[in-house]
Amino acid sequence: MTTAVARLTIVESKLFLRDTTSVVMGVAFPAVLLLLLGFAIPGFRDATDDLDGLRPIDIYVPIVLAMAICTTSVSVLPTYLATYRERGVLRRLATTPVGPVRLLGAQLAVNGVATLVAVGLAVAVGTVAFGVDLPRQAAGFLIALVLGTAAMFAVGLLIAAVAPRAKTATGVGMLVYFPMLFFAGVWTPGPVMPDGLRRISDFTPLGAASQAMQDSWSGTSPSALHLVVMVGYLLVAGALAARLFRWE
Amino acid sequence: MPVIEISNLHKRYGETVAVSDVSFTVDSGEIFGILGPNGAGKTTTVELLSGLRRRDGGTVRVLGKDPDHDGAALRELVGVQLQESELPERIRVWEALELYSSFYRDPADWRELLDVLGLSARHNARFGTLSGGQKQRLSIALALVGNPRVAVLDELTTGLDPAARRETWALIESVRNRGVTVLLVTHFMDEAERLCDRIAVIDAGRTVAVDTPAALIAKVRAERGLDRATLEDAYLALTGHEIGV
Ligand SMILES: Nc1ncnc2c1ncn2[C@@H]1O[C@H](COP(=O)(O)OP(=O)(O)OP(=O)(O)O)[C@@H](O)[C@H]1O
Ligand SMILES: [Mg+2]
Repeated sequence: MTTAVARLTIVESKLFLRDTTSVVMGVAFPAVLLLLLGFAIPGFRDATDDLDGLRPIDIYVPIVLAMAICTTSVSVLPTYLATYRERGVLRRLATTPVGPVRLLGAQLAVNGVATLVAVGLAVAVGTVAFGVDLPRQAAGFLIALVLGTAAMFAVGLLIAAVAPRAKTATGVGMLVYFPMLFFAGVWTPGPVMPDGLRRISDFTPLGAASQAMQDSWSGTSPSALHLVVMVGYLLVAGALAARLFRWE
Repeated sequence: MPVIEISNLHKRYGETVAVSDVSFTVDSGEIFGILGPNGAGKTTTVELLSGLRRRDGGTVRVLGKDPDHDGAALRELVGVQLQESELPERIRVWEALELYSSFYRDPADWRELLDVLGLSARHNARFGTLSGGQKQRLSIALALVGNPRVAVLDELTTGLDPAARRETWALIESVRNRGVTVLLVTHFMDEAERLCDRIAVIDAGRTVAVDTPAALIAKVRAERGLDRATLEDAYLALTGHEIGV
């Protein structure tokens, strides 16, 4: 059974790598976006008082990481799973000793690794190209990254669970994707985010993840509120997804 | 000893009764066919005995085990080819076979299956680029790759060209000669007559006849006083149609 799980994960990785859209959007895009922002937008590499003496590029690294999490979790993952269900891939696996749950596991693993690679690439671009410091609170940052990813993957699983068809999963994924990015501060980064918006952002999984990563980056521990919100989404969306998921 | 025993099988989807009362037994080493009109409940029957769904009534034993309780053990022993089940678009033929063979304790040699099913030339092709018949052959190969004791094949030759159908028949016979019991669903009378030792005709969720093709034909001849009759005549008579002579 271990070889079966290993093979399943290898095959799913190959399928992911053959899917140019997933690789470009899910893995490469966050780093590329950072390069574009840093080199193409005037002033992005200049410290400003509006950002408490930081440069916009410093603030944008954790936001771009939140985007990396968002793309794999609510765009790639639900589409894959819903497509597998629609095509009967899950049903066919249900007739074998391995069963469909392990395919779900392999998909989570592949998308999890893809997210970490995207995060690694973006952090590397930030440090190498723009001299952005590494997170001051390394442990807090890792906790925020892992919890945020887990919470968002639970949301992605929930989308896959409720969407009857692959097209619906993609559509619902997009409906969730942009608001999530909005609350993560893509358009109103860090200190620029209005207080009212921040109140809402606190209670969204990606907003909490983005702020927790931002905090740990500048040396503050992630706030209890943000950690609780991420754990809450993980548990509630995860449990709902497990309840509602249909194999066909 | 019967390998499959089904009695008074019943299954509803909400208000729809998909299988009302189906009974038949399949003996070891038999090639057993299920015939019946669209929507008769053939696929549902197959899904119930493969443990893909839970029945609402009746009893089912496959190799002495109840699929609703011993599903895990049966999945090792029963190979299933589902109607309308695809693979991921970008998976290569050999990857699918290698992957599925890793699921079983004692798999068949998938390279040999590739050869037997005439897929060797396409072994590196992506699933999405295969023709309908090639997809079907791969699907059959996946049902056999675990070296099953029972092979359940739902519409195995639908979409195959005549030559490929003949080759698949030969394959099924060779599989049976290795001691595998075969249950197949088909809409092709020539296929049923040529391959099947016995046939169950299912109509509107009920078994209306279980017998050898020859006996089914003889019965319709006797009943209707015909000089000659075909399996198709017998099938049409059993499913409530007039026989145009
Ligand atoms: N998942 C489902 N949900 C609801 N109704 C279903 C479902 N699957 C099948 N049915 C209904 O159950 C009945 C039997 O369907 P089934 O697929 O078993 O027929 P079949 O004999 O295999 O037909 P065909 O020759 O067209 O493949 C049909 O009326 C069908 O509409
Ligand atoms: Mg059917």
